[in-house]
Amino acid sequence: MKNESTMKILTVALGVCLVCAILVATTAVTLKPIQRQNQENDKLHNILSAAGLLQNNDADLQSLFRKHIRAEIIHLEKGIPIDPQKLDESLKADQFNIKEISKIDEYTRPLPPEDDAAQIKNVPRYMIVYNVIQRDSVTKRILPVYGKGLWSTMYGFLALGSDLRTIQALTFYEHGETPGLGGEVDNPRWKRLWIDKQAFDEEGELKIEVVKGQVNPASPKAKYQVDGLSGSTLTTRGVNNLVRFWLGKSGWGPYINYLTSAIKKGNL
Amino acid sequence: MSKTKSILINPIFNENPIAYQILGICSALAVTSKLETSIVMSLAVIFVLAFSNLAVSLIRHHIPGSVRIIVEMTIIASLVIIADQIIKAFAYDISKQLSVYVGLIITNCIIMGRAEAFALKNPPLYSLLDGIGNGLGYTVILLTVGFFRELLGSGKLLGISVLPLHTENGWYIPNGLLLLPPSAFFLIGLIIWVLRTWKPEQVEEY
Repeated sequence: MKNESTMKILTVALGVCLVCAILVATTAVTLKPIQRQNQENDKLHNILSAAGLLQNNDADLQSLFRKHIRAEIIHLEKGIPIDPQKLDESLKADQFNIKEISKIDEYTRPLPPEDDAAQIKNVPRYMIVYNVIQRDSVTKRILPVYGKGLWSTMYGFLALGSDLRTIQALTFYEHGETPGLGGEVDNPRWKRLWIDKQAFDEEGELKIEVVKGQVNPASPKAKYQVDGLSGSTLTTRGVNNLVRFWLGKSGWGPYINYLTSAIKKGNL
Repeated sequence: MSKTKSILINPIFNENPIAYQILGICSALAVTSKLETSIVMSLAVIFVLAFSNLAVSLIRHHIPGSVRIIVEMTIIASLVIIADQIIKAFAYDISKQLSVYVGLIITNCIIMGRAEAFALKNPPLYSLLDGIGNGLGYTVILLTVGFFRELLGSGKLLGISVLPLHTENGWYIPNGLLLLPPSAFFLIGLIIWVLRTWKPEQVEEY
């Protein structure tokens, strides 16, 4: 058979495709469970580190998570938890995936541009919250947040203390900002600056902000302010916007109000 | 030097794919801001390059000239997917940092270039060695660039602090430019300059 005959061309093309398809399919299928485990562990790792529960690296993530974290699904606009029995399968806590959900029209509502500080266009109707349980009471609430930085959408967790005003952690587990500049949003040293800052004042007004340059420690506002990252004005602005958006009325605001009034009534 | 040895060694300094043939620059700019990602990327390229050369060489007498490029691309693309899947399974953190660039090995001109220029005309063993050799040539440049970018750009090597940063009470003020892709251009330019001063026969006539 000559190399240039139609028959030969078809045989070679089909043969190569078949062999390649088998190889690719075999690798993909056999490695799938390991990859899924990696993703799962990565997610647990991020939640636990936002909870401040990761002291050593070899901790058993699964058991730590089961012991200390209770996930709840919240109706964002109403600010109230939803009975898990009434939820669609993809909204259940163990399936909950913010990226997937924010793509489905049914589960999101469009934001008017003036409210869209985090530049996410649609806000999910339902969100997950991770309650950190220590000694039988909720010590922290981990709220997922996300929004645009300079290049990418940054995904992270904001942990609030049980008073719902004190920030316990802000972490980002996924972003595509410039390494060394905006990418410093996941620098542990910068993340430490957020700890114990006040998100709201006594009247419940949203106060937290990221300032350009350094916070003046003598200023009365210092407890509401965090240093910006030098050399990354736009990423810093993105972080500021997304934190303020998610703590505001279109984000976690209603839920925070619901919890605060429940605490006042002594129901929590 | 025996032929097998020269096939393996030549691409490292004499006919380096990046510095001499000026191929595969794109990924060399993108993934070299840290040494760790440079290492994993290099391993992935060596893997793909070695096996694509081997596979193309094995069937070189049967590949019809009219469809040879698409046959080569199919083989290369399959190997890249396999490499990507393996990295995602066994080096998950790094796979997140490399993101799309492993997939983009498909478009790395070195791989297509070696399949066309070498594997189509040479027996399997030589082709395999040529693939590994060129992969090593790519590795040498990536590691050099990654070494300087991470050291001078963030004061670290493989994530371990080497030059204490002034922001962490040290003395070193990092050069932010080295963390941005253009710095890799400058570094590769310097490497080419050094190589061509050392080996003047690499200088093109003009």
